[in-house]
Amino acid sequence: MSTDPVAPAHRGAIHDIGYRHYDGPRLGRRHAATSLYLESLRGAYGLGRSMKSKVAPLMLLVATCIPALIIGLVVAITGGAVLPLRQTEYLNEVQVLISIFLAVIAPSIMSRDLRFRVVSLYFSRPLHKVDYVLAKYAAAATALFIYMAAPLIVLFASALLADISFESTYPDFLRAVAEAAVLALVLAGIGLLIAALTPRRGLGVAAIITVLLLLAGAQLILVEITRELGNAVAAVYVSLLSPYSLVEGIATSVLGAASTGSATPDGVLQVGVYVAAALALIAGLFGLLLLRYRRVSVS
Amino acid sequence: MNSTVIQLTRHSLLGRRRVFALLGLPAVLLALAILIRSLLGVDSDLAVDLMGAFALGTLMPLLGLIAGTGAIGPEIDDGSILYILSKPLRRSTIVLSKLLVAIATVFMLGVVPVFATGVILGSEVHPIAISYAVGALIAGVAYCALFLLLAIVTRNAVVIGLMYALVWESVVGQIVPGAQALSIQQWSLAIAERVAGEQAIYLGIESTVELRTAIILLVAVIVGCTWLATRRLRTLRLSEEG
Repeated sequence: MSTDPVAPAHRGAIHDIGYRHYDGPRLGRRHAATSLYLESLRGAYGLGRSMKSKVAPLMLLVATCIPALIIGLVVAITGGAVLPLRQTEYLNEVQVLISIFLAVIAPSIMSRDLRFRVVSLYFSRPLHKVDYVLAKYAAAATALFIYMAAPLIVLFASALLADISFESTYPDFLRAVAEAAVLALVLAGIGLLIAALTPRRGLGVAAIITVLLLLAGAQLILVEITRELGNAVAAVYVSLLSPYSLVEGIATSVLGAASTGSATPDGVLQVGVYVAAALALIAGLFGLLLLRYRRVSVS
Repeated sequence: MNSTVIQLTRHSLLGRRRVFALLGLPAVLLALAILIRSLLGVDSDLAVDLMGAFALGTLMPLLGLIAGTGAIGPEIDDGSILYILSKPLRRSTIVLSKLLVAIATVFMLGVVPVFATGVILGSEVHPIAISYAVGALIAGVAYCALFLLLAIVTRNAVVIGLMYALVWESVVGQIVPGAQALSIQQWSLAIAERVAGEQAIYLGIESTVELRTAIILLVAVIVGCTWLATRRLRTLRLSEEG
Protein backbone atom coordinates (compact mmCIF):
# COMPACT_ATOMS: atom_id res chain seq x y z
CA MET A 1 0.00 0.00 0.00
CA SER A 2 1.37 3.36 -0.97
CA THR A 3 2.05 6.09 1.63
CA ASP A 4 0.98 8.74 -0.86
CA PRO A 5 -2.61 9.76 -0.12
CA VAL A 6 -3.18 10.77 -3.68
CA ALA A 7 -3.35 8.02 -6.20
CA PRO A 8 -0.69 8.30 -8.96
CA ALA A 9 -3.40 8.56 -11.56
CA HIS A 10 -4.61 11.83 -10.02
CA ARG A 11 -1.27 13.63 -10.16
CA GLY A 12 -0.93 15.97 -13.09
CA ALA A 13 -2.56 13.62 -15.48
CA ILE A 14 -3.82 14.73 -18.82
CA HIS A 15 -7.13 13.14 -19.58
CA ASP A 16 -8.25 12.38 -23.01
CA ILE A 17 -11.78 13.74 -22.96
CA GLY A 18 -12.41 13.11 -26.59
CA TYR A 19 -11.57 16.38 -28.37
CA ARG A 20 -10.88 15.63 -31.96
CA HIS A 21 -8.29 17.14 -34.20
CA TYR A 22 -9.28 18.66 -37.47
CA ASP A 23 -7.63 16.50 -40.04
CA GLY A 24 -9.76 17.38 -43.00
CA PRO A 25 -8.36 19.32 -45.92
CA ARG A 26 -6.98 22.80 -45.13
CA LEU A 27 -8.13 25.18 -47.82
CA GLY A 28 -5.30 27.58 -47.21
CA ARG A 29 -4.33 31.08 -48.19
CA ARG A 30 -5.51 31.00 -51.76
CA HIS A 31 -9.00 29.87 -50.82
CA ALA A 32 -9.22 32.48 -48.08
CA ALA A 33 -8.31 35.21 -50.55
CA THR A 34 -10.85 34.07 -53.16
CA SER A 35 -13.57 33.82 -50.50
CA LEU A 36 -12.77 37.34 -49.31
CA TYR A 37 -12.90 38.54 -52.91
CA LEU A 38 -16.27 36.92 -53.58
CA GLU A 39 -17.84 38.05 -50.32
CA SER A 40 -16.59 41.63 -50.81
CA LEU A 41 -17.96 41.64 -54.35
CA ARG A 42 -21.33 40.34 -53.18
CA GLY A 43 -21.29 42.79 -50.29
CA ALA A 44 -20.71 45.71 -52.66
CA TYR A 45 -24.09 45.01 -54.25
CA GLY A 46 -25.65 44.22 -50.87
CA LEU A 47 -26.11 40.55 -51.71
CA GLY A 48 -26.18 38.46 -48.56
CA ARG A 49 -26.84 41.57 -46.51
CA SER A 50 -29.96 43.36 -45.32
CA MET A 51 -32.53 44.91 -47.67
CA LYS A 52 -31.34 48.34 -46.60
CA SER A 53 -27.86 47.68 -47.96
CA LYS A 54 -29.23 46.54 -51.30
CA VAL A 55 -31.23 49.71 -51.93
CA ALA A 56 -28.44 52.14 -52.84
CA PRO A 57 -26.33 49.97 -55.19
CA LEU A 58 -29.29 48.49 -57.02
CA MET A 59 -30.99 51.89 -57.34
CA LEU A 60 -27.79 53.22 -58.90
CA LEU A 61 -27.50 50.23 -61.20
CA VAL A 62 -31.01 50.86 -62.47
CA ALA A 63 -30.29 54.59 -62.84
CA THR A 64 -27.29 53.98 -65.06
CA CYS A 65 -29.22 51.57 -67.30
CA ILE A 66 -32.27 53.80 -67.80
CA PRO A 67 -30.67 56.14 -70.38
CA ALA A 68 -29.46 53.08 -72.33
CA LEU A 69 -32.98 51.65 -72.32
CA ILE A 70 -34.45 54.96 -73.47
CA ILE A 71 -31.90 55.22 -76.30
CA GLY A 72 -32.70 51.64 -77.26
CA LEU A 73 -36.43 52.36 -77.34
CA VAL A 74 -35.96 55.51 -79.40
CA VAL A 75 -33.84 53.65 -81.94
CA ALA A 76 -36.30 50.77 -82.08
CA ILE A 77 -39.26 53.11 -82.70
CA THR A 78 -37.66 55.60 -85.07
CA GLY A 79 -35.64 52.87 -86.80
CA GLY A 80 -32.40 54.81 -87.21
CA ALA A 81 -29.38 53.24 -88.89
CA VAL A 82 -27.00 54.22 -86.10
CA LEU A 83 -27.21 54.76 -82.35
CA PRO A 84 -27.81 58.43 -81.52
CA LEU A 85 -25.02 58.17 -78.98
CA ARG A 86 -21.79 56.29 -79.65
CA GLN A 87 -21.26 53.49 -77.18
CA THR A 88 -17.83 54.84 -76.29
CA GLU A 89 -19.46 58.12 -75.18
CA TYR A 90 -21.88 56.46 -72.82
CA LEU A 91 -19.57 56.11 -69.82
CA ASN A 92 -18.67 59.76 -70.13
CA GLU A 93 -22.35 60.70 -70.00
CA VAL A 94 -23.02 58.75 -66.80
CA GLN A 95 -19.78 59.85 -65.13
CA VAL A 96 -21.52 61.31 -62.09
CA LEU A 97 -23.43 58.08 -61.48
CA ILE A 98 -20.22 56.07 -61.67
CA SER A 99 -18.64 58.40 -59.11
CA ILE A 100 -21.62 58.01 -56.77
CA PHE A 101 -21.54 54.24 -57.17
CA LEU A 102 -17.86 54.13 -56.30
CA ALA A 103 -18.53 56.36 -53.30
CA VAL A 104 -21.19 53.90 -52.13
CA ILE A 105 -19.30 50.63 -52.59
CA ALA A 106 -15.77 51.57 -51.56
CA PRO A 107 -16.66 52.30 -47.91
CA SER A 108 -18.88 49.21 -47.74
CA ILE A 109 -15.91 47.12 -48.92
CA MET A 110 -13.22 48.81 -46.85
CA SER A 111 -14.55 50.88 -43.95
CA ARG A 112 -16.75 48.31 -42.22
CA ASP A 113 -13.84 45.98 -41.52
CA LEU A 114 -12.00 48.88 -39.93
CA ARG A 115 -14.99 50.15 -38.01
CA PHE A 116 -15.85 46.80 -36.46
CA ARG A 117 -12.15 46.13 -35.88
CA VAL A 118 -12.11 42.81 -37.68
CA VAL A 119 -9.10 43.51 -39.89
CA SER A 120 -6.75 42.11 -37.26
CA LEU A 121 -8.87 38.95 -37.18
CA TYR A 122 -8.35 38.48 -40.91
CA PHE A 123 -4.62 38.81 -40.47
CA SER A 124 -4.59 36.15 -37.74
CA ARG A 125 -5.53 33.66 -40.45
CA PRO A 126 -3.25 32.36 -43.24
CA LEU A 127 -4.29 35.39 -45.27
CA HIS A 128 -1.39 37.76 -45.97
CA LYS A 129 -1.76 41.52 -46.13
CA VAL A 130 -1.07 41.48 -49.85
CA ASP A 131 -3.90 38.97 -50.29
CA TYR A 132 -6.28 41.14 -48.30
CA VAL A 133 -5.53 44.29 -50.30
CA LEU A 134 -5.52 42.35 -53.57
CA ALA A 135 -8.87 40.70 -52.82
CA LYS A 136 -10.47 44.00 -51.84
CA TYR A 137 -9.00 45.82 -54.83
CA ALA A 138 -10.17 43.11 -57.21
CA ALA A 139 -13.63 43.09 -55.63
CA ALA A 140 -14.05 46.85 -55.99
CA ALA A 141 -12.76 46.82 -59.56
CA THR A 142 -15.04 43.93 -60.52
CA ALA A 143 -18.07 45.59 -58.92
CA LEU A 144 -17.31 48.79 -60.84
CA PHE A 145 -16.74 46.90 -64.06
CA ILE A 146 -20.09 45.12 -63.74
CA TYR A 147 -21.71 48.46 -63.01
CA MET A 148 -20.29 50.02 -66.17
CA ALA A 149 -20.65 46.98 -68.40
CA ALA A 150 -24.37 46.51 -67.64
CA PRO A 151 -25.63 49.62 -69.49
CA LEU A 152 -23.16 48.96 -72.32
CA ILE A 153 -24.66 45.50 -72.78
CA VAL A 154 -28.15 46.99 -72.72
CA LEU A 155 -27.11 49.51 -75.34
CA PHE A 156 -25.43 46.88 -77.52
CA ALA A 157 -28.40 44.54 -77.28
CA SER A 158 -30.86 47.30 -78.15
CA ALA A 159 -28.75 48.27 -81.16
CA LEU A 160 -28.88 44.68 -82.38
CA LEU A 161 -32.62 44.46 -81.69
CA ALA A 162 -33.16 47.64 -83.69
CA ASP A 163 -31.53 45.84 -86.61
CA ILE A 164 -28.37 47.90 -86.68
CA SER A 165 -25.72 45.70 -88.22
CA PHE A 166 -23.52 43.67 -85.90
CA GLU A 167 -20.39 44.61 -87.85
CA SER A 168 -20.87 48.31 -87.28
CA THR A 169 -21.74 47.96 -83.58
CA TYR A 170 -19.37 45.47 -82.04
CA PRO A 171 -16.05 47.38 -82.43
CA ASP A 172 -17.39 50.28 -80.38
CA PHE A 173 -18.88 47.87 -77.87
CA LEU A 174 -15.53 46.17 -77.32
CA ARG A 175 -13.79 49.52 -77.05
CA ALA A 176 -16.28 50.75 -74.47
CA VAL A 177 -15.95 47.53 -72.44
CA ALA A 178 -12.16 47.80 -72.51
CA GLU A 179 -12.40 51.41 -71.40
CA ALA A 180 -14.69 50.33 -68.57
CA ALA A 181 -12.10 47.79 -67.43
CA VAL A 182 -9.29 50.36 -67.27
CA LEU A 183 -11.55 52.90 -65.60
CA ALA A 184 -12.63 50.31 -63.03
CA LEU A 185 -9.01 49.60 -62.08
CA VAL A 186 -8.14 53.28 -61.69
CA LEU A 187 -11.30 54.30 -59.83
CA ALA A 188 -11.25 51.29 -57.48
CA GLY A 189 -7.83 52.31 -56.19
CA ILE A 190 -8.88 55.91 -55.56
CA GLY A 191 -12.07 54.91 -53.78
CA LEU A 192 -10.50 52.20 -51.63
CA LEU A 193 -7.60 54.35 -50.52
CA ILE A 194 -9.91 57.13 -49.32
CA ALA A 195 -12.27 54.61 -47.72
CA ALA A 196 -9.36 52.89 -45.94
CA LEU A 197 -8.45 56.16 -44.26
CA THR A 198 -11.82 56.62 -42.55
CA PRO A 199 -13.75 54.05 -40.51
CA ARG A 200 -16.91 56.14 -40.83
CA ARG A 201 -19.09 55.25 -43.78
CA GLY A 202 -20.81 58.61 -44.31
CA LEU A 203 -17.54 60.50 -44.25
CA GLY A 204 -15.98 58.09 -46.70
CA VAL A 205 -18.84 58.47 -49.18
CA ALA A 206 -18.65 62.27 -49.07
CA ALA A 207 -14.86 62.31 -49.30
CA ILE A 208 -14.69 60.04 -52.35
CA ILE A 209 -17.34 61.92 -54.31
CA THR A 210 -15.78 65.25 -53.39
CA VAL A 211 -12.33 64.25 -54.60
CA LEU A 212 -13.67 62.86 -57.89
CA LEU A 213 -15.94 65.83 -58.61
CA LEU A 214 -13.30 68.40 -57.74
CA LEU A 215 -10.75 66.69 -59.99
CA ALA A 216 -13.23 66.45 -62.87
CA GLY A 217 -14.43 70.04 -62.39
CA ALA A 218 -10.92 71.45 -62.12
CA GLN A 219 -9.88 69.50 -65.21
CA LEU A 220 -12.75 71.00 -67.24
CA ILE A 221 -11.86 74.55 -66.18
CA LEU A 222 -8.16 73.99 -66.84
CA VAL A 223 -8.89 72.64 -70.32
CA GLU A 224 -10.98 75.75 -70.99
CA ILE A 225 -8.10 77.94 -69.83
CA THR A 226 -5.67 76.20 -72.18
CA ARG A 227 -8.21 76.52 -74.98
CA GLU A 228 -8.47 80.28 -74.40
CA LEU A 229 -4.69 80.43 -74.48
CA GLY A 230 -4.66 78.36 -77.65
CA ASN A 231 -2.28 75.82 -76.17
CA ALA A 232 -3.37 72.37 -77.34
CA VAL A 233 -0.41 70.54 -75.84
CA ALA A 234 -1.10 71.88 -72.38
CA ALA A 235 -4.74 70.80 -72.72
CA VAL A 236 -3.61 67.22 -73.18
CA TYR A 237 -1.40 67.22 -70.10
CA VAL A 238 -3.94 69.06 -67.96
CA SER A 239 -6.44 66.29 -68.73
CA LEU A 240 -4.28 63.85 -66.79
CA LEU A 241 -5.74 65.41 -63.66
CA SER A 242 -9.11 63.66 -63.64
CA PRO A 243 -9.25 59.84 -63.75
CA TYR A 244 -12.12 60.05 -66.24
CA SER A 245 -10.30 62.21 -68.76
CA LEU A 246 -7.14 60.15 -68.23
CA VAL A 247 -8.90 56.92 -69.15
CA GLU A 248 -10.85 58.62 -71.93
CA GLY A 249 -7.56 59.81 -73.38
CA ILE A 250 -6.27 56.24 -73.40
CA ALA A 251 -9.52 55.01 -74.94
CA THR A 252 -9.38 57.52 -77.79
CA SER A 253 -5.68 57.15 -78.54
CA VAL A 254 -4.91 53.49 -77.82
CA LEU A 255 -8.30 51.87 -78.35
CA GLY A 256 -9.32 54.14 -81.20
CA ALA A 257 -12.61 55.36 -79.73
CA ALA A 258 -14.14 58.49 -81.21
CA SER A 259 -13.02 61.64 -79.43
CA THR A 260 -15.70 63.45 -77.48
CA GLY A 261 -14.14 66.85 -77.84
CA SER A 262 -11.87 67.05 -74.84
CA ALA A 263 -8.15 66.88 -75.38
CA THR A 264 -6.89 63.72 -77.08
CA PRO A 265 -3.28 62.62 -76.66
CA ASP A 266 -1.50 62.38 -79.96
CA GLY A 267 1.88 60.97 -80.87
CA VAL A 268 4.07 58.45 -79.08
CA LEU A 269 5.17 60.76 -76.30
CA GLN A 270 1.72 61.90 -75.19
CA VAL A 271 0.16 58.47 -75.47
CA GLY A 272 3.10 57.03 -73.60
CA VAL A 273 2.65 59.56 -70.82
CA TYR A 274 -1.04 58.69 -70.56
CA VAL A 275 -0.46 54.95 -70.38
CA ALA A 276 2.42 55.40 -67.96
CA ALA A 277 0.29 57.71 -65.80
CA ALA A 278 -2.53 55.16 -65.64
CA LEU A 279 -0.16 52.31 -64.77
CA ALA A 280 1.67 54.43 -62.20
CA LEU A 281 -1.64 55.48 -60.67
CA ILE A 282 -2.88 51.91 -60.29
CA ALA A 283 0.45 50.66 -58.93
CA GLY A 284 0.83 53.68 -56.67
CA LEU A 285 -2.65 53.37 -55.19
CA PHE A 286 -2.08 49.66 -54.59
CA GLY A 287 1.21 50.42 -52.89
CA LEU A 288 -0.38 53.09 -50.69
CA LEU A 289 -3.11 50.64 -49.69
CA LEU A 290 -0.46 48.09 -48.69
CA LEU A 291 1.26 50.81 -46.70
CA ARG A 292 -2.03 51.64 -45.01
CA TYR A 293 -2.44 48.04 -43.85
CA ARG A 294 1.16 47.59 -42.72
CA ARG A 295 0.01 48.38 -39.20
CA VAL A 296 -3.57 47.81 -38.13
CA SER A 297 -4.71 48.72 -34.64
CA VAL A 298 -6.25 45.81 -32.75
CA SER A 299 -8.53 47.83 -30.51
CA MET B 1 -29.94 77.38 -29.59
CA ASN B 2 -27.74 75.66 -27.09
CA SER B 3 -24.05 76.44 -26.82
CA THR B 4 -23.05 72.91 -25.77
CA VAL B 5 -24.77 71.32 -28.76
CA ILE B 6 -23.16 73.93 -30.99
CA GLN B 7 -19.74 73.17 -29.50
CA LEU B 8 -20.15 69.41 -29.94
CA THR B 9 -21.38 69.73 -33.51
CA ARG B 10 -18.63 72.15 -34.39
CA HIS B 11 -16.07 69.75 -33.04
CA SER B 12 -17.46 66.74 -34.88
CA LEU B 13 -17.74 68.67 -38.13
CA LEU B 14 -14.55 70.72 -38.08
CA GLY B 15 -12.54 69.20 -35.27
CA ARG B 16 -8.90 68.20 -35.51
CA ARG B 17 -7.66 67.49 -39.01
CA ARG B 18 -11.10 67.49 -40.64
CA VAL B 19 -11.16 71.25 -41.12
CA PHE B 20 -7.99 71.06 -43.20
CA ALA B 21 -9.54 68.42 -45.46
CA LEU B 22 -12.62 70.63 -45.88
CA LEU B 23 -10.47 73.67 -46.64
CA GLY B 24 -9.38 71.82 -49.76
CA LEU B 25 -12.69 72.60 -51.48
CA PRO B 26 -12.51 76.41 -51.38
CA ALA B 27 -8.76 76.16 -51.96
CA VAL B 28 -9.34 74.51 -55.35
CA LEU B 29 -11.87 77.22 -56.27
CA LEU B 30 -9.54 80.06 -55.30
CA ALA B 31 -6.55 78.44 -57.00
CA LEU B 32 -8.51 78.15 -60.27
CA ALA B 33 -9.68 81.76 -59.92
CA ILE B 34 -6.13 83.03 -59.43
CA LEU B 35 -4.98 80.95 -62.39
CA ILE B 36 -7.71 82.38 -64.64
CA ARG B 37 -6.97 85.91 -63.48
CA SER B 38 -3.23 85.64 -64.01
CA LEU B 39 -3.38 83.86 -67.36
CA LEU B 40 -6.47 85.38 -68.96
CA GLY B 41 -6.97 88.69 -67.14
CA VAL B 42 -10.17 90.12 -65.71
CA ASP B 43 -13.75 89.59 -66.88
CA SER B 44 -12.97 86.42 -68.76
CA ASP B 45 -15.77 84.26 -70.12
CA LEU B 46 -14.41 81.52 -67.93
CA ALA B 47 -15.40 83.47 -64.84
CA VAL B 48 -18.99 82.50 -65.54
CA ASP B 49 -18.05 78.83 -65.97
CA LEU B 50 -16.12 78.83 -62.73
CA MET B 51 -18.74 80.70 -60.70
CA GLY B 52 -21.79 79.07 -62.20
CA ALA B 53 -20.97 75.46 -63.02
CA PHE B 54 -18.13 74.88 -60.58
CA ALA B 55 -18.92 77.04 -57.55
CA LEU B 56 -22.72 77.08 -57.55
CA GLY B 57 -23.27 73.82 -59.39
CA THR B 58 -20.74 71.56 -57.66
CA LEU B 59 -19.09 73.19 -54.67
CA MET B 60 -22.17 74.48 -52.84
CA PRO B 61 -24.21 71.25 -53.05
CA LEU B 62 -21.18 69.27 -51.88
CA LEU B 63 -20.52 71.61 -48.98
CA GLY B 64 -24.19 71.62 -48.05
CA LEU B 65 -24.19 67.84 -48.16
CA ILE B 66 -21.07 67.46 -46.05
CA ALA B 67 -22.14 70.09 -43.52
CA GLY B 68 -25.83 69.16 -43.41
CA THR B 69 -25.46 65.41 -43.05
CA GLY B 70 -22.18 65.70 -41.14
CA ALA B 71 -23.84 67.81 -38.44
CA ILE B 72 -26.01 64.93 -37.25
CA GLY B 73 -25.38 61.82 -39.36
CA PRO B 74 -22.30 60.42 -37.55
CA GLU B 75 -24.01 60.82 -34.18
CA ILE B 76 -27.05 58.89 -35.34
CA ASP B 77 -24.77 56.29 -36.93
CA ASP B 78 -22.87 55.49 -33.75
CA GLY B 79 -25.83 56.06 -31.46
CA SER B 80 -24.25 58.86 -29.43
CA ILE B 81 -27.18 61.13 -30.36
CA LEU B 82 -28.91 59.42 -27.39
CA TYR B 83 -26.78 61.39 -24.94
CA ILE B 84 -28.09 64.65 -26.35
CA LEU B 85 -31.67 63.46 -26.80
CA SER B 86 -31.85 62.30 -23.17
CA LYS B 87 -31.00 65.77 -21.88
CA PRO B 88 -33.81 68.21 -21.07
CA LEU B 89 -33.45 70.08 -24.35
CA ARG B 90 -36.16 70.88 -26.84
CA ARG B 91 -35.81 68.92 -30.07
CA SER B 92 -36.15 72.17 -31.97
CA THR B 93 -33.19 73.58 -30.02
CA ILE B 94 -31.06 70.62 -31.06
CA VAL B 95 -32.06 70.88 -34.72
CA LEU B 96 -31.61 74.66 -34.84
CA SER B 97 -28.22 74.49 -33.13
CA LYS B 98 -26.99 71.87 -35.56
CA LEU B 99 -28.41 73.78 -38.51
CA LEU B 100 -26.64 76.91 -37.31
CA VAL B 101 -23.28 75.14 -37.26
CA ALA B 102 -23.90 73.65 -40.70
CA ILE B 103 -24.84 77.03 -42.16
CA ALA B 104 -21.85 78.71 -40.52
CA THR B 105 -19.58 76.04 -42.05
CA VAL B 106 -21.07 76.55 -45.50
CA PHE B 107 -20.75 80.30 -45.06
CA MET B 108 -17.09 80.20 -44.12
CA LEU B 109 -16.04 77.53 -46.62
CA GLY B 110 -18.44 78.35 -49.43
CA VAL B 111 -19.98 81.79 -49.49
CA VAL B 112 -16.87 83.74 -48.48
CA PRO B 113 -14.65 81.94 -51.04
CA VAL B 114 -17.29 82.46 -53.75
CA PHE B 115 -17.31 86.17 -52.96
CA ALA B 116 -13.50 86.23 -52.99
CA THR B 117 -13.48 84.41 -56.34
CA GLY B 118 -15.84 87.05 -57.75
CA VAL B 119 -13.54 89.81 -56.50
CA ILE B 120 -10.50 88.10 -58.04
CA LEU B 121 -12.19 87.56 -61.40
CA GLY B 122 -14.18 90.76 -61.87
CA SER B 123 -12.86 94.17 -62.73
CA GLU B 124 -15.06 95.80 -60.12
CA VAL B 125 -16.34 94.35 -56.89
CA HIS B 126 -20.02 94.81 -57.34
CA PRO B 127 -22.00 92.63 -59.70
CA ILE B 128 -20.50 89.18 -60.13
CA ALA B 129 -19.11 88.78 -56.63
CA ILE B 130 -22.18 90.00 -54.77
CA SER B 131 -24.85 88.31 -56.85
CA TYR B 132 -23.11 84.93 -56.87
CA ALA B 133 -22.32 85.20 -53.16
CA VAL B 134 -25.99 85.91 -52.40
CA GLY B 135 -27.01 82.97 -54.56
CA ALA B 136 -24.45 80.74 -52.84
CA LEU B 137 -25.63 81.82 -49.38
CA ILE B 138 -29.28 81.08 -50.12
CA ALA B 139 -28.49 77.80 -51.80
CA GLY B 140 -26.24 76.86 -48.89
CA VAL B 141 -28.92 77.49 -46.27
CA ALA B 142 -31.50 75.50 -48.24
CA TYR B 143 -29.11 72.59 -48.87
CA CYS B 144 -28.16 72.47 -45.18
CA ALA B 145 -31.80 72.35 -44.06
CA LEU B 146 -32.70 69.69 -46.63
CA PHE B 147 -29.70 67.45 -46.02
CA LEU B 148 -30.00 67.75 -42.23
CA LEU B 149 -33.53 66.40 -42.54
CA LEU B 150 -32.36 63.63 -44.87
CA ALA B 151 -29.67 62.57 -42.39
CA ILE B 152 -32.34 62.16 -39.70
CA VAL B 153 -34.80 60.35 -41.95
CA THR B 154 -32.57 57.84 -43.71
CA ARG B 155 -29.28 56.02 -43.35
CA ASN B 156 -28.60 56.56 -47.04
CA ALA B 157 -28.77 60.35 -46.66
CA VAL B 158 -25.49 61.03 -48.42
CA VAL B 159 -26.38 58.87 -51.43
CA ILE B 160 -29.87 60.30 -51.80
CA GLY B 161 -28.50 63.80 -51.33
CA LEU B 162 -25.93 63.19 -54.04
CA MET B 163 -28.56 61.81 -56.39
CA TYR B 164 -30.63 64.94 -55.84
CA ALA B 165 -27.85 67.51 -56.09
CA LEU B 166 -25.85 65.95 -58.92
CA VAL B 167 -28.30 63.90 -60.94
CA TRP B 168 -31.68 65.54 -60.49
CA GLU B 169 -30.55 69.17 -60.49
CA SER B 170 -28.04 68.98 -63.31
CA VAL B 171 -28.51 65.92 -65.52
CA VAL B 172 -32.27 65.42 -65.29
CA GLY B 173 -32.75 69.19 -65.26
CA GLN B 174 -31.08 69.47 -68.66
CA ILE B 175 -33.22 66.81 -70.28
CA VAL B 176 -36.54 67.42 -68.54
CA PRO B 177 -36.92 71.19 -68.09
CA GLY B 178 -39.75 70.70 -65.62
CA ALA B 179 -37.33 69.17 -63.15
CA GLN B 180 -35.65 72.55 -62.81
CA ALA B 181 -38.70 73.95 -61.05
CA LEU B 182 -37.77 71.68 -58.15
CA SER B 183 -34.14 72.65 -57.96
CA ILE B 184 -32.55 74.59 -55.11
CA GLN B 185 -29.86 75.69 -57.53
CA GLN B 186 -32.40 77.30 -59.87
CA TRP B 187 -34.25 78.99 -57.01
CA SER B 188 -31.08 80.58 -55.68
CA LEU B 189 -30.11 81.57 -59.22
CA ALA B 190 -33.44 83.38 -59.53
CA ILE B 191 -32.55 85.48 -56.51
CA ALA B 192 -28.98 86.01 -57.74
CA GLU B 193 -30.48 87.16 -61.05
CA ARG B 194 -32.55 89.75 -59.22
CA VAL B 195 -29.54 90.98 -57.23
CA ALA B 196 -27.49 91.33 -60.40
CA GLY B 197 -30.34 93.31 -62.00
CA GLU B 198 -29.81 94.30 -65.60
CA GLN B 199 -26.30 92.90 -65.69
CA ALA B 200 -27.50 89.37 -65.08
CA ILE B 201 -27.26 88.45 -68.77
CA TYR B 202 -23.62 89.51 -68.98
CA LEU B 203 -22.83 87.57 -65.84
CA GLY B 204 -24.40 84.44 -67.22
CA ILE B 205 -26.95 84.27 -64.42
CA GLU B 206 -30.14 82.93 -65.81
CA SER B 207 -32.81 81.11 -63.91
CA THR B 208 -35.69 79.13 -65.32
CA VAL B 209 -37.83 79.88 -62.28
CA GLU B 210 -39.85 83.01 -61.52
CA LEU B 211 -38.51 85.05 -58.61
CA ARG B 212 -41.75 84.85 -56.64
CA THR B 213 -42.01 81.09 -57.06
CA ALA B 214 -38.39 80.73 -56.08
CA ILE B 215 -38.79 82.69 -52.85
CA ILE B 216 -41.94 80.83 -51.84
CA LEU B 217 -40.39 77.44 -52.52
CA LEU B 218 -37.13 78.35 -50.78
CA VAL B 219 -38.92 79.49 -47.63
CA ALA B 220 -41.12 76.40 -47.78
CA VAL B 221 -38.11 74.09 -48.07
CA ILE B 222 -36.06 75.76 -45.34
CA VAL B 223 -38.91 76.09 -42.83
CA GLY B 224 -40.56 72.82 -43.78
CA CYS B 225 -37.40 70.75 -43.58
CA THR B 226 -36.42 72.23 -40.22
CA TRP B 227 -39.88 71.63 -38.81
CA LEU B 228 -39.99 68.09 -40.14
CA ALA B 229 -36.49 67.41 -38.81
CA THR B 230 -37.70 68.42 -35.36
CA ARG B 231 -40.70 66.14 -35.68
CA ARG B 232 -38.66 63.19 -36.85
CA LEU B 233 -36.13 63.61 -34.07
CA ARG B 234 -38.94 62.98 -31.57
CA THR B 235 -39.40 59.44 -32.76
CA LEU B 236 -35.93 58.53 -33.88
CA ARG B 237 -35.18 54.84 -34.34
CA LEU B 238 -31.62 53.77 -33.89
CA SER B 239 -30.47 50.68 -35.71
CA GLU B 240 -27.35 48.71 -35.08
CA GLU B 241 -26.42 47.97 -38.63
CA GLY B 242 -23.35 49.74 -39.94
